[in-house]
Amino acid sequence: MSVNVEEKLGIDKFRVDENNAHIYIKNDPDLAEFYKLHLACPAGLYKIDDKYGCRFDYAGCLECGTCRVVGGETVLAKWEFPNGGMGVEFRYG
Amino acid sequence: MSDFETIIVGGGLAGLTTAYLLAKEGVETLLIERGNFAGAKNVSGGRIYSHSLEKIIPGFAKEAPLERRITREKISLMTADSAVTADYFAPASSGPGRDSYSVLRVDFDQWLAAKAEEAGAQIVTGIRVDDLLLRGGKVRGVAAGDEMTADVTVLADGVNALLARKLGLRAKLSPAQVAVGVKEVIELPAAVIEDRFQCGGGEGTAWLFAGRPSGGKVGGAFLYTNKESVSLGVVCTLNGLTAGVTTLPQLLEDFKGHPAVAPLLAGGKTVEYSAHLVPEGGLDMVPRLFTGGALVVGDAAGFCLNLGYTVRGMDFAIGSGDCAARAILQARQAGDYGAEALSAYQNVLNDSFIMRDLKLYRKFPHFMEKTPRIFSGYPEMAGNLMAQLFIVDGEPSQPLYKKVGSSLKEVGALNLMLDGMKGMRSL
Repeated sequence: MSVNVEEKLGIDKFRVDENNAHIYIKNDPDLAEFYKLHLACPAGLYKIDDKYGCRFDYAGCLECGTCRVVGGETVLAKWEFPNGGMGVEFRYG
Repeated sequence: MSDFETIIVGGGLAGLTTAYLLAKEGVETLLIERGNFAGAKNVSGGRIYSHSLEKIIPGFAKEAPLERRITREKISLMTADSAVTADYFAPASSGPGRDSYSVLRVDFDQWLAAKAEEAGAQIVTGIRVDDLLLRGGKVRGVAAGDEMTADVTVLADGVNALLARKLGLRAKLSPAQVAVGVKEVIELPAAVIEDRFQCGGGEGTAWLFAGRPSGGKVGGAFLYTNKESVSLGVVCTLNGLTAGVTTLPQLLEDFKGHPAVAPLLAGGKTVEYSAHLVPEGGLDMVPRLFTGGALVVGDAAGFCLNLGYTVRGMDFAIGSGDCAARAILQARQAGDYGAEALSAYQNVLNDSFIMRDLKLYRKFPHFMEKTPRIFSGYPEMAGNLMAQLFIVDGEPSQPLYKKVGSSLKEVGALNLMLDGMKGMRSL
């Protein structure tokens, strides 16, 4: 079965900081490096499609740090934790 | 004069243990947590070995919000459509300090936070620490919107360890040393869990899986039974994952759909989807653990040990909080929080189970990384061997040695022997 990550993220509780993205990606990132994040991001936030190319959205971020370790120097322009009280809020953990 | 004697950054098990122990001794302690409560950002696979917390809070299992006492251990080698499983059941073999429990961190961490507050620690939540204050080459507190000073700052900010990195105590995390775990909590009635996993009331199963779940790369899957849910997930090293072709969320979905797993989850409802990094490099990824005015504890210090059959992080986090508290109390008595005084932390750690176990198993992470057959090769071999033994199709049968021999052929008997010897030496 093909996974639907959005549906899973829809179950989680988030306080998205609309005014402050805590992760930025570089303009025109290297596709091979971006693809690594596409494979590794647990939230499936690094999307690749034919029409729009590389796309990323920080809403739905599970704050694990995978993209920072894999693509901190290649794909990302900025990585920090969301502001205090913002972001994902686990109810089970 | 500092605002506090100790400031602790991060409300996970390492930070909360440090806060509890210091507050109990009358140390003015502030813990700062970026989530809206201690535990809000915390995820674990789901099993805590009780020994280190048992020493600090004897009998804690009677009052803490634990899920189930683990009495059944299972390990499976999996191919796409088979599983060969070892099952160890010994409900009477463990007691306080020897047993382990499934746990959900949001409840558990809030319980420990309440213990720390009762002991007198102050906990503020919803505040992110942005930086450390450095004065005269020493850490003198934190910048978190406002500046707050402390005699000593404990960095318990988790596996990403941004603050230890800023201090230059730890090197950049390497994708070979770090694994990412993704997990679902799936609700099922207690009676269904006890039937499907063959456990009595209050007792539970821990189950690890190797092979197919991680796409044949370094990693595996886990399943822990909670009271009224199971925690189920897949863990892969970042190197393995980025060299593959399947996304991590898809690996989890495939695992859930595996014919040996799907029936265990039937009728269940996913109530949370979470992820976390795991420091799996062993001793080689442990940074410098102290500097003037600061100590590093828990995941931030890389204290974790994955041996394939046991996965430990929470007992290390608690143990390191214990060691940090002892070192801080010594420094406080001497009135000196310089690097030399705080080096007592390293000494206390060296004498503790943490460093002893990390040193003993130092070679094991390399062994896992350099022996891909564990994850792709041996699971198929085990499956083939079982098929040879158990399938009767009316064709003329083969002597047992031939059956075993033909299963070994793909991997090679010599490889199996060498890997076995290397593995034993690294354990």
